[in-house]
Amino acid sequence: MSTEHELTPSSYITHHLTFNTQSVGGGFWTLNVDTLVVSGLLGLITFGLLWWIVRGATAGVPTKRQACVELLVEFVDSQVKGIFHGNRHAFVAPTALTVFVWVLMMNAMDFLPVDIMAWVYEHVFGLEHWRAVPTSDINATFALALSVWMLMIFFSIKVKGLGGWIHELFCAPFGGHPLVWPANFLFNLIEYVSKPLSHALRLFGNMYAGEIIFLLLGMWAATGLAGTIFGALLGAGWAIFHILIVVLQAFIFMMLTVVYIAMAHESH
Amino acid sequence: MNINLTLIAQAMSFAILIWFTVKFVWPPLLAAIENRQKTIADGLAAGERGKHDLEMAAKRSAEIIREAKEKAAEIIGNAEKRGTEIVEAEKAKAKVEGDRIITGAQAEIEQEVFRAREQLRTQVSAIALAGAGKILGREIDAKAHNDLLEKLVAEI
Repeated sequence: MSTEHELTPSSYITHHLTFNTQSVGGGFWTLNVDTLVVSGLLGLITFGLLWWIVRGATAGVPTKRQACVELLVEFVDSQVKGIFHGNRHAFVAPTALTVFVWVLMMNAMDFLPVDIMAWVYEHVFGLEHWRAVPTSDINATFALALSVWMLMIFFSIKVKGLGGWIHELFCAPFGGHPLVWPANFLFNLIEYVSKPLSHALRLFGNMYAGEIIFLLLGMWAATGLAGTIFGALLGAGWAIFHILIVVLQAFIFMMLTVVYIAMAHESH
Repeated sequence: MNINLTLIAQAMSFAILIWFTVKFVWPPLLAAIENRQKTIADGLAAGERGKHDLEMAAKRSAEIIREAKEKAAEIIGNAEKRGTEIVEAEKAKAKVEGDRIITGAQAEIEQEVFRAREQLRTQVSAIALAGAGKILGREIDAKAHNDLLEKLVAEI
């Protein structure tokens, strides 16, 4: 919190929800430094750790950390196995692992106590604005969702051919009669638009709402003794409930990624 | 809440992470897991094979024991038969020997009887001569009547 500003509920929330931006040309050409740095660091640390453990992987008796990673990998693999029928090891399963682990880590940043971290960012790192949860930035969730969307279209064309894909756009799901071509196309268009939207917004909405509730409870805690007690209790409760949301949303995001890519492989 | 360049930058880091996972994280671990699965499967198969071998060996040993028992019984049977044969042969031999001894003894007895008879005959002739001499009161010319006496002796 910046103490030089007057502390009102709206300034408090606005302060917490302002990105640390870096303009590289104004308007669209702006980077949210906090989102990029946090997600980048998390990716580097998490996948570096995975790589370090996996590099020493043995087919014999595994170490505890290898067993832990194997548990994770087998969990993801079994999910993918149930949905995607093809050579999942070549791309789909590792992608699912990437999505799950990265989104989980980014969501988990929500566990950091907002106001203590704000103080740390400001007084230790000298950053006035810093949002630590990348998945509560719509740019991050859309980046993932649109990447998956593009993979979906890529695999659609790769599996069915460009002609096959266009044929499917017009001839599914209602049939190949020319009269229903517009209906089919409209239907597919809606599907192609709604998929990335729902994919990105579901994750964003959950994480953003979670963050807002933490902020509201933090605000309540500043209103007096009763507020502090209830704010602390409810904050703890919400944090515990949030453990579920963090994992669940990461899991849902991964499952949808797998489902979308698997659907792209299937012909109608 | 603006869509901005962050989206593209984030998508790029996403692409890098996917590439990294596909290339460096997934394959070694998958290889390790699959190798272990293979090792375990091989071990189970070897165990199964060992069990099967053991069963075969047990069956084979039972067979060998059965054969050995049969052979032993056969050998004992043969030995008993052979023993009986030997006993029979010896019995026969003993019988032949006994018969031979009996025959010899009989022949000896007959010879002895014959000899005794000869002796008796000679003595009888001498007695007869002496008796006749005494009866006649005179000396019989032994030489003159020898032929007659011989005949007489032969008739006895």
